[in-house]
Amino acid sequence: MLTAVGFASVYIARQDVISTASLTYAGFFFLLYLAAHLVARYTVPFADPYLLPIAGLLAAIGLTEIYRLQPDDAFKQGVWIVVAVALFALTLFLLRYDYRRLESYKYIFGLTAIALLLLPILPLIGLTVNGARLWVHFGALRFQPGELAKIALIIFLAGYMREKREVLAQGRLKDWGPLLVIWVLAMLVLLETRDLGGGLLYFGIFLAMLYVATSRLAYVAAGLGLFLVGAVGVWKVTPHVQERVTIWLHPWTGSKVYCPLSGQPELRQNCQSFQLVKSLYSIGHGGYAGTGLGKGTVNTIDGHPLIPGATTDFIYSVLSQELGLVGAAALVLVYMIFVLRGMRTALLAQDGFSKLLAAGLTFGFALQTFIIVGGILRLIPLTGITLPFVSYGGSSVVANFVLLAGLLLVSNRANREALR
Amino acid sequence: MNKQVSQVGVAALVLLAALIVGTTYWQTWANAGLADRQDNEIRLVAQFTIKRGKIYAADGRTLLATNVKKKVAGQTLYFRRYPTGPLFADVVGYSTQSRNRSGLEQSYNDFLTGSNANLDTVVRSTLDKLRGSTVTGNDLVLTIQPGLQALSRRLLQGKCGAVVALEPSTGRVLAMATNPTYNPNLIERHFAQATRTTAPCGAPLLNRATAGKYQPGSTFKMVTASAALDTGRFTPESPFYDPGYCIEYGKRVRNAGNPEAPETFFNLNLTTAFEHSVNSVFCNIGKTLGAGTVLSYADRYGFYSVPPLETPENERVASGLYDHGRLFRPKHPDTQVDPGRLAFGQERLQVTPLQMAMVAATIANHGVEMRPQLIERIVSPGGHTITHLQPDRLAQPIKRQTADELTRMMELAVEGGTGTEARITGIRVAGKTGTAETGRANINTTWFAAFAPADDPKIAIAVVVENQVNGFGGSVAAPIARQVMEALLR
Repeated sequence: MLTAVGFASVYIARQDVISTASLTYAGFFFLLYLAAHLVARYTVPFADPYLLPIAGLLAAIGLTEIYRLQPDDAFKQGVWIVVAVALFALTLFLLRYDYRRLESYKYIFGLTAIALLLLPILPLIGLTVNGARLWVHFGALRFQPGELAKIALIIFLAGYMREKREVLAQGRLKDWGPLLVIWVLAMLVLLETRDLGGGLLYFGIFLAMLYVATSRLAYVAAGLGLFLVGAVGVWKVTPHVQERVTIWLHPWTGSKVYCPLSGQPELRQNCQSFQLVKSLYSIGHGGYAGTGLGKGTVNTIDGHPLIPGATTDFIYSVLSQELGLVGAAALVLVYMIFVLRGMRTALLAQDGFSKLLAAGLTFGFALQTFIIVGGILRLIPLTGITLPFVSYGGSSVVANFVLLAGLLLVSNRANREALR
Repeated sequence: MNKQVSQVGVAALVLLAALIVGTTYWQTWANAGLADRQDNEIRLVAQFTIKRGKIYAADGRTLLATNVKKKVAGQTLYFRRYPTGPLFADVVGYSTQSRNRSGLEQSYNDFLTGSNANLDTVVRSTLDKLRGSTVTGNDLVLTIQPGLQALSRRLLQGKCGAVVALEPSTGRVLAMATNPTYNPNLIERHFAQATRTTAPCGAPLLNRATAGKYQPGSTFKMVTASAALDTGRFTPESPFYDPGYCIEYGKRVRNAGNPEAPETFFNLNLTTAFEHSVNSVFCNIGKTLGAGTVLSYADRYGFYSVPPLETPENERVASGLYDHGRLFRPKHPDTQVDPGRLAFGQERLQVTPLQMAMVAATIANHGVEMRPQLIERIVSPGGHTITHLQPDRLAQPIKRQTADELTRMMELAVEGGTGTEARITGIRVAGKTGTAETGRANINTTWFAAFAPADDPKIAIAVVVENQVNGFGGSVAAPIARQVMEALLR
């Protein structure tokens, strides 16, 4: 686990490139990771040694890039990382003996997930940002409860599917009931909040866990079929979705088309697909080797940011400009290592609940990365969602560190039992 | 269950691997397409992070283009300044954010930004990038002499026209001035002001020296006489009879002067006809040779193709016959073109000052046409010369003997013919005047093409001045040419 120190020093070096004055910053986060590391050593001594350093590395890359783009946001993000690490430690402490008792509370988790998803719809505290109603706010404090709902949902699904996997495989409607109820509710909530990325993410996690539990490929096929039918249906009735698909298929137009933002005819690249197109330019500009961290072009000549939302949804486009193909590929490889370790944990786990939990958490992590980066790269329609650990956003960082704690707990138990 | 976990794991990894493929696509395959997009500001901004190379006049000291450093949002950007203002605007052009580029700033952008493919430059730019230091472009040193350029522009002051001066033996452009012109420093922020002009002819952004199309008038007789002598059909002593007009298509085409009593020379030879620019004689030569032969000699001089020069291709035009604004190459010249009027420079001929300067320089250089060149050398920021001008033989349109006979005729035209205003004491000057009617009463386009010294030419020049009321090539353009030549030779 000394790798943690190595990664931390990379972080210091990176910070140094940007500004020597931020060394104290770097030192502080080094100590923070050291603390997280010690907590992990104490609570989950047998846990996978790669997961925490990878998370640390990703968070460091993210913080560095955010610092480079918006120094003020970097401070807030730093505060959130402190909160996240604290919650990470708390989770490990509370569940260090046996996390499997969570299984007994699965319905509570299921309902919590729905409740969390419903929060933004409530008046007074709900908040709409960029066309999706995903936020709750208490004064200046903003939070996206959906991020935590994801974890609660995975715990529920893992618990329920573990219990019912044999009967689920037989396909009796009675046993599907609670699953479908929770599922339909979640989907309705998503439709109401217009969080398409979230919907895709939850549906993907659901299908993957269902497959692990029942080993019935037919369910996955049926699920995908349903999803396609549903997607076409939603596309037909929702202008918001139609717009996303149009932007995805034809981001550039040769002649002016109606621009709903200004009400005037405009080229689409100057209107709805502005963000996507500018982000693609940013990626393309990176070329093989990139411009170098801090050397990329993120502002216009007048000093305005080129890509709106560069620190949140579009942080990957700035990173791939500054790090180039080599750096971007390395970043994705880091995500792949995380996924590999997560899946390894699921394989080593002894009981069904742990396997489903680890597989669900890991697949959710991978799918979330795919949805946002794939959207940026025009592999799929773009939907706003954070890049795990890297994007600016408190709820995301907190949720991902809790997710990490979950994986460590499963891994600790699996390795300990394997040693016996 | 483990099998399924593995399969889900593989699916997750495939999704992530697709991201690497996608990123690769945009950063390599699609990159060029993205970079060329109009609305791609990154490329534009990135250009301003490069310290462009400086541009100097021939003396290596007079700075024509340099950079001003500005810090914007933590980024150091370099903006262009042109210390000489309008003086070199048409050649150097501009490099701005809102209007992109023109002139050498456009055509030599690669060298100026250090992105040219020379090994030396590639290594240096790459090192600069890796080190994180500012990429610095290569400097250009032009062939244009700042004193000559300034004089040329001063002489054009208050007029519309252009001056092109070449070194006949090498093709070096010694001066290339045009009026009206613009101040390149105003292009970025005050475009309207930059393009405003009090001159009646307008179009200050047009480089009249290379893209201005004018009726050549009698200066085209240099080409007709080339054809006459070079084909061997005529000699300088060939006798003619001039009744004051020539007959074409059954009608009289009169000489210059009062239409009721045109200049009339009766018995004369070709030399005298050239000296006094007698239209009827050239009309008859044209009829004898045929329009095809005359045009083929124009072709040899480079008409009908865009003259080579380092400025962007769209800032130069070809000379030749024009029909409805488009270059017209007749399939059957002997029936489609009036040979008599063609021979003395009318018909639908349109020529550029650069092309006429090239004709004069070719005659001066004993019939060998040199490629006109603007760039003396390109120097790396370290002071190392990357390339330097190498004189390039373009063609030999006429025999040496023809060129020498023409030189003699042009000398006589200055000594005692139409071009006496170009005489310089102690120096033999060869020249040809031209006065083209514009179709509006008494308003002429005036020309003078010349070179000097006639026995050892150091400068060939073409001067055009537009819209001169009762003005002639000999009275308006010739004195300008004389002063420019004198400034170089003295």
